[in-house]
Formats: sequence, C-alpha cells, structure tokens
Amino acid sequence: MDLVTQISQSIPAILFFATAALAVVAAFNVILQRNPIYSAIALIVVMMALAGVFLTLASPFIAAIQVIVYAGAIMVLFVFVIMLLNVRAEESITDKVKYLKFVAPALFIALLAEVGAIVGAIDAVAKPAISANTVADPSKVNGTVESIAQAMFTTYLLPFEATSVLILMAIVGSMLLAKRETPEEAKMAYDAARDYREQAD
Amino acid sequence: MLPVSFGLALLQTAEIAGAPLNIKLSWCLALSAVLFTIGVAGVLVQRNVIVLFMCVELMLNAVNLTLVAFSRFLGDITGQLFVFIVMTVAAAEAAVGLAIIISLFRNRETLNVDEADLLKL
Repeated sequence: MDLVTQISQSIPAILFFATAALAVVAAFNVILQRNPIYSAIALIVVMMALAGVFLTLASPFIAAIQVIVYAGAIMVLFVFVIMLLNVRAEESITDKVKYLKFVAPALFIALLAEVGAIVGAIDAVAKPAISANTVADPSKVNGTVESIAQAMFTTYLLPFEATSVLILMAIVGSMLLAKRETPEEAKMAYDAARDYREQAD
Repeated sequence: MLPVSFGLALLQTAEIAGAPLNIKLSWCLALSAVLFTIGVAGVLVQRNVIVLFMCVELMLNAVNLTLVAFSRFLGDITGQLFVFIVMTVAAAEAAVGLAIIISLFRNRETLNVDEADLLKL
C-alpha cells in the first residue's frame, strides 16, 4: 500500500485528533475563564468539536442534533440568561484559598495519569475478547436518520413518549419558576401565611 | 499525560507497517474521560452558578461521546438512541435550571453558590 492511500484512509483518525485537541483546549477555557460569557463561547466550541468527533465515528445524525440542540438551542438559552442577568466577572475561589492553586493542578495530573494507565490497559487486554478495538462492519452501524428512526419508533417507542412527557413537564415547570409574582398575589400569599400563623397560635 | 498516551497508542498502531490509521475505542474513551474530568474540576473550582451548570453540560457531553463510541465499536445503534434521549433530558434540565437561576437571582441578587447556602447544616 503506497503512502498516499495510507494517508487518505487515515483521514478520519487525523480529523479525530484535530477535533479532540480542540475540544480539550476549549474545555479548559470553559473552567478557566472568569467572565461567564467567555465560558459559554468556549463551551460552544467544545460542542462543535464533539460534533466533529461524532462525524468521524460515523454518526451523522447525532452530529447534526449536537449542533442544532446543544450548540444551537441550549447554549442560546445560556447566553440569553447571562445577558439578562447582567453578570459581572466574579473573583475566583483561588483568590480566597491560596493553596488550591497548587493542589488542583497536581490532582488533575494524577487523574490524567490514571486515564493514561487505563487506556494502556485497554489496548493491552481487550484485543481478543469482542475485538473491541476494531471497527465493526460499517454497513451494519451507521447512525443515519433511517436506522435511528427505525429503532426509535419500534423498539424504543415507550422511552421516546416518556421523553415527550418530560419535556412538557419541563416547559410548565420553568414557566412556573420564572414567573414574577404580581403585587396582589404576593399580598394574598402574605395574608394567608399570617392567618395560618394566627390560627396556630 | 494525554499527548503521551495518545502518542503511545499511535506508536502501537504504526508497528503494523503500511496499514492505515484507524480510530480506536480507547482514544474515544480517553477523550471522554478527560472532558469529564475537566467538567468535575470546573464544578469544584468555579463559584458562579451559571458556569457550574455549563460544567454539568460538559460532563453530559463526555458521557454522550462514550455512548456513541461504544455504539460504533460494538455495532449497536442503541447507544445513539441513548444519546438522543440524554440530549432531550439535558434540554429539559437546562430550561428548569436556568429558571431556578433566574428566580435565585431575583431573590438574592447574586449568582455565587457560596451565598445561597440556606440548606447547609
């Protein structure tokens, strides 16, 4: 096999590394920024990069709804709330507790070392069992809209409907939570509480 | 650490001379673990409730990556359906959570979680 064929067949892996590196850098940006709006923008970058990873894993439908639902709908909601509340950049907890600045990186590096060890162990052990590291037959697993819809509306119809009910509850709940009380309602609640206290006494 | 482990994986693959480089399950799991760890670190370090919420979303994304990777490498579409449902739940959670944040800000005029600790013993 010549070099050109080898490189052209390795393009998914190269794309995977590029998007994975982008995702990790942006994820660090999410937790290191002090201004929430910059964290939100970095999180959008993480989600777009993960959509790229999903594409390299042959899941175009999941990649599409990752962009539409996460990067589109949910992050717009976040940015909207940040803008609405006019949040100012607050001081980090590391300004108050000095030693955390030195403890946190050490703990983080220890966790990453564990990840590295586990990854090495997987590559060393899991080869024969279910051939977990080889790509399964690509024609069998492709996350197209057709194959996902087939499973969603036959085998997994009940979970799908349950999710619809959950969304409905979330809509009603968030409207109730975010509703501002009118002065009359506040006075009624205050009077009711006072009457209850008087009866209890 | 991450480039080191990825580099080792690459070296192992390159031993098979001339073969194209395929994505491995362990790379996806490593990326997912790293993103999840960063999310946990954010929850521990940050004090702004909106950023805490974004770190939770980051952790959900890391779990989604695991599900998609296993769906791909074990040849089963169920993992991707799971991701779809996780995304729906995340959307519902974001809506309710942001409503709670708005009403918290209205009552307390703050977004710092250390100043909203009435339930703390």
